[in-house]
Amino acid sequence: MDTNQLLTYVLFTPLIGAMLLLVFQREHEQEIRIFGLAISIITFILSLMIFAKFESLNPGFQFVLKIPWITNLNISYHVGVDGLSMLLLLLTTFITPLTLLSSWKSINKKVKEFTFFMLLLEVGMIGVFVSLDLFLFYVFWEAMLIPMYFIIGIWGGERRIYASVKFFLFTMFGSLLMLVAIIWLAVSAGGVVGHFTTDLIELYSVGPAAAKNFQNWMFLAFTLSFAIKIPLFPLHTWLPDAHVEAPTAGSIILAAVLLKMGTYGLLRFCLPLFPDAAITFAPYISVLAVIGIIYGALVAMVQKDMKKLVAYSSVSHLGFIVLGIFAMTQESIQGAVIQMVNHGLSTGALFFLVGVIYERTHTREISEYGGLAKIVPVFSAALLIASLSSIGLPGLNGFIGEFLILLGSFKSPVLNSWGFTVFAASGVIFSAVYLLWMYQRVIFGVVKNPKMEKITDMNAREVVVFASLLIFIVWIGVYPSTFLKVSDRSIARVILQVNTPHPQVDLK
Amino acid sequence: MLNDIQEFYSILPFIILGTGILISVLIEMYSSNSERILPWFSIIIFGVVGFYSLFNVNSVSVIMQNMLQTGGIPNIFIFIFSFGAAITCLLSIDYIKKYGVYFGEYYILIQISVLGMMCMAGAKDLLMIFLGLEIMSVSFYALAGLNRRRLNANEASLKYFLLGAFATGFTVYGIALIYGAAHSTSIDIITAQFPVMSGNILFLAGVLLFFIGFSFKIAAFPFHMWVPDVYQGSATTIAGLFSTGGKAAAFSAIIASLSALFGGSLHIFLPYLAVISLLSMLFGSIVAIAQDNIKRMLAYSSIAHAGYLIIGLASGNHIGITGVVFYITAYTFMNLGAFGIVSMIEGNDETNLDINSYAGLSEKSPMLALLLSVFMFALAGIPPFAGFFGKYYVFISAIKANITWLAVIGVISSAISVYFYIRIVVLMYFKESKSEFTVQYSNTGLLAVFICFLIVILLGIVPGSIINLISSFL
Repeated sequence: MDTNQLLTYVLFTPLIGAMLLLVFQREHEQEIRIFGLAISIITFILSLMIFAKFESLNPGFQFVLKIPWITNLNISYHVGVDGLSMLLLLLTTFITPLTLLSSWKSINKKVKEFTFFMLLLEVGMIGVFVSLDLFLFYVFWEAMLIPMYFIIGIWGGERRIYASVKFFLFTMFGSLLMLVAIIWLAVSAGGVVGHFTTDLIELYSVGPAAAKNFQNWMFLAFTLSFAIKIPLFPLHTWLPDAHVEAPTAGSIILAAVLLKMGTYGLLRFCLPLFPDAAITFAPYISVLAVIGIIYGALVAMVQKDMKKLVAYSSVSHLGFIVLGIFAMTQESIQGAVIQMVNHGLSTGALFFLVGVIYERTHTREISEYGGLAKIVPVFSAALLIASLSSIGLPGLNGFIGEFLILLGSFKSPVLNSWGFTVFAASGVIFSAVYLLWMYQRVIFGVVKNPKMEKITDMNAREVVVFASLLIFIVWIGVYPSTFLKVSDRSIARVILQVNTPHPQVDLK
Repeated sequence: MLNDIQEFYSILPFIILGTGILISVLIEMYSSNSERILPWFSIIIFGVVGFYSLFNVNSVSVIMQNMLQTGGIPNIFIFIFSFGAAITCLLSIDYIKKYGVYFGEYYILIQISVLGMMCMAGAKDLLMIFLGLEIMSVSFYALAGLNRRRLNANEASLKYFLLGAFATGFTVYGIALIYGAAHSTSIDIITAQFPVMSGNILFLAGVLLFFIGFSFKIAAFPFHMWVPDVYQGSATTIAGLFSTGGKAAAFSAIIASLSALFGGSLHIFLPYLAVISLLSMLFGSIVAIAQDNIKRMLAYSSIAHAGYLIIGLASGNHIGITGVVFYITAYTFMNLGAFGIVSMIEGNDETNLDINSYAGLSEKSPMLALLLSVFMFALAGIPPFAGFFGKYYVFISAIKANITWLAVIGVISSAISVYFYIRIVVLMYFKESKSEFTVQYSNTGLLAVFICFLIVILLGIVPGSIINLISSFL
């Protein structure tokens, strides 16, 4: 097998799977579930093969494949991975089978459509992480909205229609402005490289050389789109709605992968393409990130609904990642990248566990719960580990990411103030408050609701899902360098790109 | 002699269609089975014309004493018209029974209108444009009011006729003024005089009036008033033809006559186009939100799409023209697909046209719901469907022409339009059905819609070859 085609196999396996799924009869629900799971596991194994052959000492793109697509506009099917996307690619292919497994029982209407959309969603997510052409990237970025929109809208909760439409319109608005920026950049680049181009590798040499004013506009258009996706305060309002109304599988995917597409976009496009603008705006965006950290945590504290609490905790955690990216030091970006993976694992686990208990009790109100420790001990232990991992307890995964981000932002020459670190650090304390407080109210105390006495503990399937997440939660916590070294060189390259002075070319 | 033979081959599509019309009239007169024969006969004629034009797209020649051009862009348009008309005929086979009455003229008029469109696309002379325009428009007026027992249809036909005739007046007056200034109706001669004429008030007024006349036909704001009523009143399949074939023909005529404008000689009209484009996009998208009737919604959406198309003209460069031709190809098939599904859902006596009738369609008919969702996403310009690439291309032309603000307005209008397109999807998939009706399946209709679906997907995934084809003629 030619290694350069491996990425294409990873990308198209779920797509082919989704197409094959159409021949199944809708009554054969169990077969459909098994088929979907099998496809997503094959995709995961293929991505592991990429990981095995990945050279972490090489800062550039690997497994690159470039096939001309729309020759008239020099658009090509151009894919590849580097240290930044490798981990996220693995996270995507790892989370997808788990979400399918987690919704084995809870999704029991329109199973065929559900599996179909989940596989399409996986194609979109993988595509976003491996595209090296802005046009190709944009196609995946937008196309991915359609399956997510259906997943929230068909299998969601009571206010699902409102949530799905809001999700769609918010994201669409941001991305369309990015589309104009992409075209503008590609047209302007034509003045330097001689032809209209959306090829990222070519643009990496053009963008940084552009005039300050041009960079600023481009940067703002790209960042707005990514900030909505992340979501950065104050653009976060779609997130709680989407999270709460989405089915468990949707919430897990949303938290674990979709939000990371925004932060990945910042690292992949905003920083290396428009470094001068990034440095100019870094303090302002970091202020918003820090506000997001504290605001998200404070709002999470007063939530009565478990899922909403976890959703707001995402706003807070994503603030950390954005701060890490815009502190622009090796440590802070290193922390941000590992925190992207961590947040995917921990918050994914939390959403999964909330889903597990909701399936049994059909309520997410914290006040309805209490005393679960005696009734469902395995669940209680799992929830404790997931909460502690999200809080950032040393020894579990969350710690290393937050530590690196705080360390990096403290000595950041771009931010040049320890204020960011001080305020951000308070977020860590708040997260301990809201998660442990929720844990206390749900797990300890007396059983308030007699119906709760009868619920069953996690079954084997659910334990398998959680255990898979747990392996990586502990692994990253204990021995993070397996993962840190993957992204190390690529991050160094991004920082070099940002800090190297570029000769100015007059782009309009 | 050799020239004559070549000319004969070049004009063959016109001859085939013309003969087809005459034979159709004979079939209608003498066969008692015309109801079954005519649609298939028309489809075959359209198929032959369309594919013949497509295969001969590279043999460009000017024929009939410099009146008509064949090959190149005109042939691409001829392919769009005849393919669009063939799909309309396929859809009509079952729809026309539901619509209440059967007239043999129906298919004959469609054929005549396509002949008119073909004349417009290939015109090398302003008189040819006028001839084509009238052939098309008159058959359209008749088609709109085909069902004379319906009040709506009468209103549509009359409104279309009065406003259309008014617009034609503008066009004719424009042509007269241009002739007065340039002493010729030949487009080549007029084009050659552009640099000299750019200060001639008579000439400029002529061009402006000519533009205004066509703004009616492409349904651009503020000349759009007829659109919603005419679409609502006429048969759904015919409304589909108006919004695709009719619009494409008007654009083909603008491109045929004024493409020299976009070479940069007459800049003064570009701001006019930009403003028309802006108003059409915003007006169409915003007003469509308030519509409850799906045909009216599609009518306003077609006004918005006219706006996106004019972006390509307003940029005044070759990329813009390429974008317009590609966009109109994509738009023809996604809009025909949408109208096709509407025509299948529509019950007897114009029922089930309210958008709430689409609630729960995914349960009643998963196939139609899936196809309509694809058309809605395509119309909204979401990748990987054809509509996205069309927009991408016209936005590129706008940014190249330094009118980035127009691209930004286009983007904002797209974001607004997403709302009403996905509202249909919301109804079909997320809401329970309220009205009890069963979808009357039509195999020919499904086939037609499925062809549109395939084209929308293919143009979205591999737009390169057709883009290369179009731009090779500019």
